[in-house]
Amino acid sequence: METPEQIRDRLLARIPGAAVSVVVNPGPAAQHSLLLGAAHAREIAEFLRDDPGLQLDFCSNVSGVDWLDREIVETIKTPTPGPGAGPATFAEQKIRRPHPGYLEAVYHLYSMALKHGPVVLRLRTADRRDQVTLPSLTPVWRSCEFQEREVFDLFGIVFAGHPDLRRILMWDEFRDHPMRKDYAEPDDYEWEPTPHGDVLAKAKRHYPAAEPAASVKGEAKP
Amino acid sequence: MSDDAPSPPALTDAERAELRRQGILLTSMQELYNWGRSNSVWPLQFGLACCAIEMIAASMARFDIARFGSEVFRPSPRQADLLIVSGTVTKKMAPQVVRIWNQMPEPKYCIAMGACAISGGPFKQGYNVLKGIDRYVPVDIYVPGCPPRPEALLHGLIELQKKIRGQAISGRDAPRHLQPDAACDYPVPGFGEHDLVPPKNPAVWQPPVLTRKEGA
Repeated sequence: METPEQIRDRLLARIPGAAVSVVVNPGPAAQHSLLLGAAHAREIAEFLRDDPGLQLDFCSNVSGVDWLDREIVETIKTPTPGPGAGPATFAEQKIRRPHPGYLEAVYHLYSMALKHGPVVLRLRTADRRDQVTLPSLTPVWRSCEFQEREVFDLFGIVFAGHPDLRRILMWDEFRDHPMRKDYAEPDDYEWEPTPHGDVLAKAKRHYPAAEPAASVKGEAKP
Repeated sequence: MSDDAPSPPALTDAERAELRRQGILLTSMQELYNWGRSNSVWPLQFGLACCAIEMIAASMARFDIARFGSEVFRPSPRQADLLIVSGTVTKKMAPQVVRIWNQMPEPKYCIAMGACAISGGPFKQGYNVLKGIDRYVPVDIYVPGCPPRPEALLHGLIELQKKIRGQAISGRDAPRHLQPDAACDYPVPGFGEHDLVPPKNPAVWQPPVLTRKEGA
């Protein structure tokens, strides 16, 4: 099978104006993926499905990723000549710039005809608040239908062009997206015998510790 | 019958058994009523998750729940006496479980089978699993396990039968269906924007009141 770079070059030659880049996976899996611009995603998907050299006719998996807003800190060192003939000192300057978060839909494509894959596609939304629309790839691969509904349900990505975009796991009246990293779950904690970690924090909130004197008195009782 | 506490039996169990051997049956209305009630507990044919597989195994020939008079798994809640909540109750499923419970006629009993039905089990910290069906439905018997073996379910059934046999049929300790003012309708929770509304039925379940020791 072609490498992602070769696929990218072919896509760029075939579809003018398309935004395609390779996202390198630095891990040992080295499963690099193609980052697609939302504008031409449907066109690219159809090409990947119909191209005789690829024939990616099966989308096995659609998943969502939530990338939070973060701050990138860059340190710039400017050399300033030291006093006299001494060694040069470096003035450090830290530049902080906000890096807006986004939601990402990841598609894993295989070819049943040619028995190769996966080719991984990534689509990113503009932000994670109100511009969360991506083109649906269900018209290209029918198997995306339920999985895009799941991503819509749990991450809140709106797939434009999906034939039946409803929640699939949670109920229709539900307003949250539970797999987002800033999801606040309902506060229905109940006592557990061995709390630890986050659960211990909840236990402390729900069951405040007794006054020290009272607890000593309580221990003395049978 | 009066509403007073039952007077101590004039005959001991041994004497009564001896009389039975001689062909004389001495009994009370209460004993007869509870005997009949406890030996024909018909469960609802209702499974939620993997515990249901064990429930099915308990009904099959090897474990044979028919030995205890409960082999008739009814497909309709209108004909069932026992709701075995066998498996994980998701929040999306909980209103349906309560609705089924409401559709069962009294006298009715509930067995919470397995860790999930009791407390949410391994999914207790999740956002989508009810932390115990006893938040909405009065549970008679808890059968722990993940999943419980069929023998455990049979033990739970035997304990339920013991509980039924021990019930007085009059007075303040009478079961729900013999009390004229007992509530028979349990509110069905609604789907809210963040959680079930209400998250529990306070008439049935209250969170445990505990004092945490410092450092724990």
